[in-house]
Amino acid sequence: MKKVYIVADNIISPLGFSTEENITNLRSNCTGIQKVEDDNIWSETFYGAVINNDKLSKAWEIISENSDYSKLEKMMLLSLSKLLEENPQLDIIKSGIVISTTKGNINNLRGKSDEKAYLSSISRTIQKYFKLDHTPKVLSNACISGGLALAIGKRMIQSELFEDVVVIGGDLLSEFTLSGFFSFQAVSPAPCKPFCKNRTGISLGEAAACAWLSSNIENVTKEAISIAGDASANDANHISGPSRTGEGLYISITKALKEANLDSDQIDHITAHGTATPYNDEMEAIAFNRAGLQNVPLNSLKGYYGHTLGASALIESIVARHCLINNELFASLGYEELGVSKSINVIAKNQNKELNRVLKTASGFGGCNVALIIEKEVL
Amino acid sequence: MIREKYYISDFCVIRDKKVFKNGTEVYADSEALSVKDFAKGIYKFLDLKYPKFHKMDELCKLGFLASEVLLKDKEKVDQDTALVLSNQASSLDTDRKHQLSIQDRENFYPSPAVFVYTLPNIIMGEISIKNKMKSENAFFVTDNFDADFITLYSEVLMNTGKATNVICGWVDLDNDKYDVFLAFLSKKGNKELTKEELNKLYKQ
Repeated sequence: MKKVYIVADNIISPLGFSTEENITNLRSNCTGIQKVEDDNIWSETFYGAVINNDKLSKAWEIISENSDYSKLEKMMLLSLSKLLEENPQLDIIKSGIVISTTKGNINNLRGKSDEKAYLSSISRTIQKYFKLDHTPKVLSNACISGGLALAIGKRMIQSELFEDVVVIGGDLLSEFTLSGFFSFQAVSPAPCKPFCKNRTGISLGEAAACAWLSSNIENVTKEAISIAGDASANDANHISGPSRTGEGLYISITKALKEANLDSDQIDHITAHGTATPYNDEMEAIAFNRAGLQNVPLNSLKGYYGHTLGASALIESIVARHCLINNELFASLGYEELGVSKSINVIAKNQNKELNRVLKTASGFGGCNVALIIEKEVL
Repeated sequence: MIREKYYISDFCVIRDKKVFKNGTEVYADSEALSVKDFAKGIYKFLDLKYPKFHKMDELCKLGFLASEVLLKDKEKVDQDTALVLSNQASSLDTDRKHQLSIQDRENFYPSPAVFVYTLPNIIMGEISIKNKMKSENAFFVTDNFDADFITLYSEVLMNTGKATNVICGWVDLDNDKYDVFLAFLSKKGNKELTKEELNKLYKQ
């Protein structure tokens, strides 16, 4: 089967509007999570990772005079514009496009017209802006969307539907989602602490990102990083509670390893979902142990970005690509002391380490799970 | 990569207060006053004993009932049976209920039982739980039923070995307007899977 490479990417987040800026901030262990006072989102102060509106407007004005776009649309259009600017050889017209979002412009439910609250409106906006002759496909699969979109892009290329696929992900930190997670009593009163004994819940975040997948090795300019295996499996257990046995995640990891023709001891790093809710992190620890991955250095990037929903697994996969290129591991921010029942190897401090293969996982409401093996190819 | 012929072995339509299986009407309730009542009628007709059904939102109920009709007396599903669903309105029907509960700060009552249904892929979670399907799921949002893309992606799953069978289709609910179509794709059957055939069955 064809190899599918992640050849270029961009991240628009509170940690910067380029992947480089994001990586620099991760390396400094800077977090985008701050105390937020914004009455449009919540009546009281809360911790979350929001993109500064003025900073976004300034970045937007450089590429467009038209301010008639929603915040999310600006984030996503900016992300893709930067990717195209930095990669003139990418032909967006010929590429397949998968958009990953859970709630899109959900804030538009508040107004008089809810036209933009329909997820396909984002697809049309991107189509029109970049003058595409085909409509991008929107994937909305809860918190695994960003990772599953990469898997879908890879499969489309391997089925020879396209030579190139661009995955664009994005979600906002909205009153809609924050109020929902508060109603679940799942929001942390301080910046989230994945896998830590003192964790109490999630911090939400907002971000957009995009990644260019290609089967053409000539597009690879840095180290060749490919998606060597991918799988998704449902827990078939509960719609909001993670499986007690980590069933779907375990199946996903096992199948992804099998496709990549790897054993668990060949994985150098896990960039986990790690939302910092008590049940999620516990479930992940169980699944990693079942898969024999308990000693592999692991982190969650939620301590840096918060949970960015449809963007999260995409961003974390992009960061994994750069960790493979730079041979470095980032500390799992917020972590102090192991707080899950099974032993796992949480990265307490940044490290430089030769990396060849990273496992990216994500799990979400509806019992869905995804695993990706991101591999550095020795050319 | 293996490219095989695939078939549409069964299909189900729920539309205009009627339920069809493989093109034949199996249930109708012209008296139903709401989606909720209509769904309850189908549940009774199918003689289901599944208390979880009553907790579902209306979108999930419709998708779940269509899957029950589709799989009745027939298909064996397992870890290799993928779900590929799509719609236009995502979970907006329930999103609006959640929005209503947070619209007014003086009267603020968001509920986890509602919020959990503000994602369209929950339908696939419900179908997976009922049938113990620990399989591939993907939910796409498109303006109309995109037979071309759904056929292509289902074939991709089977060609790349991610699934041996696929339950694919369209489960849409928006302001009381609903439209449901599910098809079971496998390596056996009489109707060969093509985008034209899938679209024809959807439009029956």
